[in-house]
Amino acid sequence: MSELHEYFPALLRGARVTLLLAVLSVLLSVCLGLAGALAKQSGSRMLVSTATAYTTLIRGVPEFVMMLLVFYGGQILINHIAAALGFHAPDVNAFVTAVLTIGFIFGAYYTETFRGAMLGVPRGQMEAAQAYGFSPWLAFRRILFPQMMRLALPAAVNNWLVLLKTTAIASLIGLHDVMFVADQAGRTTQAPMTFYLAACALYLTLTTGSTACLSRARTRYSKGVREGRLQ
Amino acid sequence: MSYQELIQAFPAYASGLWITIQLTLISLALGLLLAIPLAILRVSPRRAVCGPVAAYTWFIRGTPLLAQLMIVYYGFGQFEWLQAAWQRGNPVLLLFRDPFYCALFALTANTCAYTTEILAGALRSTPFGEIEAAQAYGMSRLTAWRRILLPSALRRFIPAYSNEVILMLHGTSIVSAVTIVDLTGAARDFYANYYAPFEAFIAAGTVYFGLTTILAFLIRMTERKYLAHLRPHRVAVPAAS
Repeated sequence: MSELHEYFPALLRGARVTLLLAVLSVLLSVCLGLAGALAKQSGSRMLVSTATAYTTLIRGVPEFVMMLLVFYGGQILINHIAAALGFHAPDVNAFVTAVLTIGFIFGAYYTETFRGAMLGVPRGQMEAAQAYGFSPWLAFRRILFPQMMRLALPAAVNNWLVLLKTTAIASLIGLHDVMFVADQAGRTTQAPMTFYLAACALYLTLTTGSTACLSRARTRYSKGVREGRLQ
Repeated sequence: MSYQELIQAFPAYASGLWITIQLTLISLALGLLLAIPLAILRVSPRRAVCGPVAAYTWFIRGTPLLAQLMIVYYGFGQFEWLQAAWQRGNPVLLLFRDPFYCALFALTANTCAYTTEILAGALRSTPFGEIEAAQAYGMSRLTAWRRILLPSALRRFIPAYSNEVILMLHGTSIVSAVTIVDLTGAARDFYANYYAPFEAFIAAGTVYFGLTTILAFLIRMTERKYLAHLRPHRVAVPAAS
């Protein structure tokens, strides 16, 4: 236990990196997901096929392979661009790679989640918004979004839980997240089990906490809905 | 550029692919087999029975697969009794020094937890009439489970399980973290040798994409077969006058 005490500050720093990575990637992926879902609903052939290609491609390739491609391939790409423009190439940062890759991947999952939820909002709602002269953005913000969130919530939280756990693979490209710190500390002190379990405790806290928040958010977004109860 | 090398690396990719397929299929099969009894325990109304299973699925579903893999391969080595057993040459425990069996163990434990919860959900949504009908026919509890509850739940379980199958295939890609040269491992080796990330990882990604497509097709076939009764009927629509 004394090892754990010694490495506690390092683990906390790792936990901060994990949490920051997860939050930034989920923000990116929710934005991509909304854009993807709107594109799939748009009816424009080009937008629909782009969004479909995006979700099909992402769901066919493992996250880790994608991350390796972006991490190592991105460096070469940046080197080429920098050489062509004649300046010194910056090193590709593991954190930026991880945010972009995870955000991009989960954007595809959120696209499907939001698309399904948008289908669940009655057409009349958007028609009414148009009839009142709402701009498309206002109609989205005030009419579509609040109603689809209620339907999207369970799947959206599930995506977040999967995303949170996926951030651990960023440790394999050298990001100093909680998994990386636990791994290093375990090797140095020869007590790997202790540190892996410590990392697991963090993930469990975050996942269990998120599930608890879901039920509160559900109440908030279901305010206007009367639910049938089975006797 | 390095396509010549990529052709030379074909055997390495092929053997990696074989490892990936083995890990995916064996862990899925074992996980499903173990999940059936565990799901039955999971839906038990008795706390002492469903509690331990719930704790197991809570731990597995709340932590990353990578952490579970590391715990099995590196973590268990911390225990002195295990080190002592390795010294004595215990054949079963020696498997925990082999990265392949460690990965298989971690993957099976992982998929089993998710499968248990999916199946438990399917069992909970059994229509009450089916149970009532089984009782009305005078079936014993065992017969009712075997003939009514399980077959009915396993059918409802297929659509949700299909996601788990694909996730498992993608999950195996991290086993190169414990020195296994699977498909991703072969791609990482190729990258390390030739410094050609695009060729290395796009080749692996394409193969994974193909595998995903094949698995998705097989699942759709299974659904067609076992969920045939749920397919919409073809009704002749009277022509609009």
